[in-house]
Amino acid sequence: MNNRKMRNLFMIPYALWIILFVVTPIILVAYYSFFDIEGYFSFANYKKFFTPVYLKMTLSSFWYAFLITFFSLIIAYPTALFLTRTKHKQLWLLLIIVPSWINLLLKAYAFIGIFGKYGPPNQFLEWLGIGTKQILFTDFSFIFVSVYIFIPFMILPIFNALNELPSSIMDAATDLGASKWTTFKRVIFPLTIDGVKTGCQIVFIPALSLFMLTRLIAGNRVITLGTAIEQHFLVTQDWGMGATIAVFLIIFMFIIMILTGTRKRGV
Amino acid sequence: MVFNMERRTTPFAKMYLIAIFIILYAPIFFLIFYSFNSGGTMSHFKGFTLDWYRSLLDDKRLLIIVLNTFAIALISALIATIVGVFGALAIYSFKKRQTKNTVLSLNNILIVSPDVIMGASFLILFTIAGIHLGFMSVLLSHIAFSIPIVVLLVLPKLNEMQPSLIDAAKDLGATEWQVLTRVIFPYITPGIFAGFFMALTYSLDDFAVTFFVTGNGFSTLSVEIYSLARRGISLNINALSTVLFLFTMILIVIYYFLQQRSHVKTMGVRK
Repeated sequence: MNNRKMRNLFMIPYALWIILFVVTPIILVAYYSFFDIEGYFSFANYKKFFTPVYLKMTLSSFWYAFLITFFSLIIAYPTALFLTRTKHKQLWLLLIIVPSWINLLLKAYAFIGIFGKYGPPNQFLEWLGIGTKQILFTDFSFIFVSVYIFIPFMILPIFNALNELPSSIMDAATDLGASKWTTFKRVIFPLTIDGVKTGCQIVFIPALSLFMLTRLIAGNRVITLGTAIEQHFLVTQDWGMGATIAVFLIIFMFIIMILTGTRKRGV
Repeated sequence: MVFNMERRTTPFAKMYLIAIFIILYAPIFFLIFYSFNSGGTMSHFKGFTLDWYRSLLDDKRLLIIVLNTFAIALISALIATIVGVFGALAIYSFKKRQTKNTVLSLNNILIVSPDVIMGASFLILFTIAGIHLGFMSVLLSHIAFSIPIVVLLVLPKLNEMQPSLIDAAKDLGATEWQVLTRVIFPYITPGIFAGFFMALTYSLDDFAVTFFVTGNGFSTLSVEIYSLARRGISLNINALSTVLFLFTMILIVIYYFLQQRSHVKTMGVRK
């Protein structure tokens, strides 16, 4: 009895948080999506979302998010694999994670300098005789910087999955005559698929909603769902349309979470 | 076994890791390097100067923003830790598996939901609730997005605790309060500290949510850097990044030692 009373007491601030900051905001976003810019109830926003302009934007947002996730995975998997084989792996892992703790804005700002007209890559191109190229404000710079920022988040879950593999499994595969590639393809990768899924989930959802990088690095050339939401809420003040895009982003988020769902969550 | 592990570190693997390290750290050191440039750009290094650091110290407006950022981070991390620990205790005390999972799912919504959604929905919330956009709205949203992280870092510690520990304390006549303060809290302290530090770094790092709910007149470092960066390159930001980098390193070292200690502790208990 006493136990239950105390538990209820604990529950109050936390329950308030769930109600006020988890449930209410979602309901409010859904509610606002039914109001047009003049404040009248309508389905106009939803109709607008299914026009070519918004559908194209959604598709391109998915395409960029896919590319970012794909390159992050391609680069992160070998990194995680090699990390598990180093001697002081926890320390190395920490060193990989450290850059992700540096303020995101500063990293983006660094790339404005690096990819600028006189930055190191352009100086290198100049030295090669190719000449200065426009690197900043291109798709390349946008994807490069996004991958740079997301890599640690992809490495971590894959590393954890690899780290849990007993080395005897690899030894068994080798003993049974499997080549290195076969061992990887048939044993290691399938056993760490949960880590890969978690990593993809952690990268894909934020990649859909990037808006700061699209402005600083892509120079407004790339419009993601996140950019569109920010634009509607803070620039054009069309909260209804912004909320509608947000509703779709939430729906996409749930679909992605179901698709990449793992029974055991490693956060 | 150790031999086995080492055998697998091929030269290619080493090269690959080193390349990744260089790419990950290069932009940070690039920023720091040019913070000493008297030339005023991030491309031609003219000569060594500390002018940018001096102008950083003279910048009253920026100083206030730094103080605001830290105030928000410390207060929000503290409150989020308290609420989060109680939340974790509540989840831990649920007997039914289904209730536990439902509350955990609700808990995780803010962790997986994109910053833009959080920012936009909080903006609607504060506008409807009539909360003035500024210090208060930023603080509330930082508390809100830090709570689930604290819960996730404290809960494993609670689950790892043997129930017999609590039973023993109760058998020996401890009250509920004593069980909580003398048995449970000391056991989960490493988790609480980890949660607090995580909340602190999340708050210091956040840009997107703050950007939505900050309104006019109030700014945090991330938002300020964003508006400066949109205007172009200013080596003041480079100097600032050096300071922030050093500060982050200190935080990480503290965090690392805390974890190291907690690791040793739990190992000791397990034995």
